[in-house]
Amino acid sequence: MIFLDLALKNLKRHWIRSLLATTGIIIGVLAIAALGIMGNSINLLVANVISDVGDTVIITPHVAAGTGDFFGDPRRAVQSTISQSELDRIARVSGQNRVIPVQQSAEEISFGDESGYATIIGLAADDSNYLLDVREGQYLRQNSPGCLVGHYLAREWALSPGSRVMIGNESVRVSGILEERGFAIDINPDYALVVDEGWFASHFSRSDEYDQVIIKVENINDIDTVKQAIDHQMNRRDTVVDITDSRDLLTQYQQIYDQITVFLIGIGAISLVVAAVSILNVMIISVTERIREIGILRSFGATRRQVLVMFLYESMILGVVGSAVGGVLSVLGGILISGVAIEVLTTGTSFGENATIFDFNAILYVSFAILFGIVVSTVSGFYPAWKASNMTPIEALRHE
Amino acid sequence: MENPSEPEPVMRFTDVTKVYPLPAGDVVALNKISLYIAQGEFIAIMGPSGSGKSTLLNLMGCLDTPTEGELYIKGKRVKGMTDEELTSLRRDHIGFIFQQFNLIPLLTALENVQYPFILKTGAADSKGRSIEVLESMSLETNLFSHKPSELSGGQQQRVAIARALVNDPEILLADEPTGNLDTKTGSAIMELLSDLNRNRGKTIIMVTHDPKIAEYAHRTIRIVDGKIV
Repeated sequence: MIFLDLALKNLKRHWIRSLLATTGIIIGVLAIAALGIMGNSINLLVANVISDVGDTVIITPHVAAGTGDFFGDPRRAVQSTISQSELDRIARVSGQNRVIPVQQSAEEISFGDESGYATIIGLAADDSNYLLDVREGQYLRQNSPGCLVGHYLAREWALSPGSRVMIGNESVRVSGILEERGFAIDINPDYALVVDEGWFASHFSRSDEYDQVIIKVENINDIDTVKQAIDHQMNRRDTVVDITDSRDLLTQYQQIYDQITVFLIGIGAISLVVAAVSILNVMIISVTERIREIGILRSFGATRRQVLVMFLYESMILGVVGSAVGGVLSVLGGILISGVAIEVLTTGTSFGENATIFDFNAILYVSFAILFGIVVSTVSGFYPAWKASNMTPIEALRHE
Repeated sequence: MENPSEPEPVMRFTDVTKVYPLPAGDVVALNKISLYIAQGEFIAIMGPSGSGKSTLLNLMGCLDTPTEGELYIKGKRVKGMTDEELTSLRRDHIGFIFQQFNLIPLLTALENVQYPFILKTGAADSKGRSIEVLESMSLETNLFSHKPSELSGGQQQRVAIARALVNDPEILLADEPTGNLDTKTGSAIMELLSDLNRNRGKTIIMVTHDPKIAEYAHRTIRIVDGKIV
């Protein structure tokens, strides 16, 4: 233990230098762990939101760009809706699964002193309870001029069932308030009004054309079959519709966020490399100025191994202390950064309010960062230590 | 000089040559040196600067190995020894006393003495061996906890001698032990070494410039240009 003792004494003798090297490690570990946690939090957030709608296939009109030549087919560029006949063909190959055509537009709405633009979603009345959950009041009834109000819009404007809202110049009675739905790939009604398709058609003078078609797949394993059938039916000659499902989107998101996480950890790793260089520097200085001391130790019977161990202890102490402090700080920092990131990324939306920040992965990132910190410090201390131990005693003693 | 009936000498050099390869050409520091040192001798090695006397002392202390020739210490052939073996030979049989004292600045006087003891035994000095040795060097007890920088030259050399003695080696190698001390302190240190040789049977080999210091020795080996004259 005399070598551990000596290592500690030497670190204390040059405490500012030791402190600086430790700070480098702390920052490196902190960066890796905190950025890892942050990436992980974003990932968790997105996964939570998207997995809510795992049984959904979305069909949207294929927008011209990219169909063969540079400008695409001009007819398709204009026609960016799905027609009734196309809908029928989709329905024909969708089997037992419920096919829900959706129309969307925007309109000026007002209530009391409040006014603004909102998305208006048109649904068949009997589809509304498939897609949406009413928190208060009732679902839409066919051809009735009622509307459903999204969670946030209702909260901000203090709407309740029975309130009357102006959509354009038509007064519509609120029949129900929706549960919060969050971000989804199909429809986002939290800040919108949902109306019956008949009312939508007459108000916007649009019928038999749809903005998207949602298929609720009863058995989640059928998703690929359904997608293939629709693709085969619709896109045989030209690409008419785009077909996607929430799992696709989830995978895409996950790929993106995995890359972000790797990128963030990369930044952290760079700072750890910088810290490693500073430890290497400290250790080289420490060895160089103590070459004579090494000679003395060797002349009194310290073996090469013992000299090596003494210097390794020094760099390991720096590494362990730095990594431990960095680990603790990164947990705190991770909470802070994740909080801020979620706040920034989800401003004005509902999702993420209950997002989990810490899970097993976050702990893994912290452990990884601590381990990495210790390994990097030990490795960067190894070269000077090895150099010190390999000098012959006489070389070391003669050193001035 | 050679007599096979005598007991095994503490050191035996046979045609030992030491060459330092330098870019400007090889430097022959020792040229075919042969000598015997018997148990209990007190030897002074003298010679001008660069004559090879320090090189000789370093070879005796296994700090360096000969380029050619044979060297036996306590009957053991040094050539071909591993670093580990050389290290334990130094640790168990040889004590060094340097001109610069070479105490470890981080450690107190007592810790400096304990160090080789711990290296040898692998355990703490619980029986107070280090204190005992320090006391025998007539160092005041209140100085035991002082760092080397807080001690005078003479006090530091006493600590250094105590450190050399803590593992009770048969051989003491001293490189200009009084070189950094004033005459009076130097004489006191020499008295100490003489006493160790006379009363405790230590074999002492000492490099010095100073003929007065060399008078303490029983035998003087003179080296010029790497050869014994």
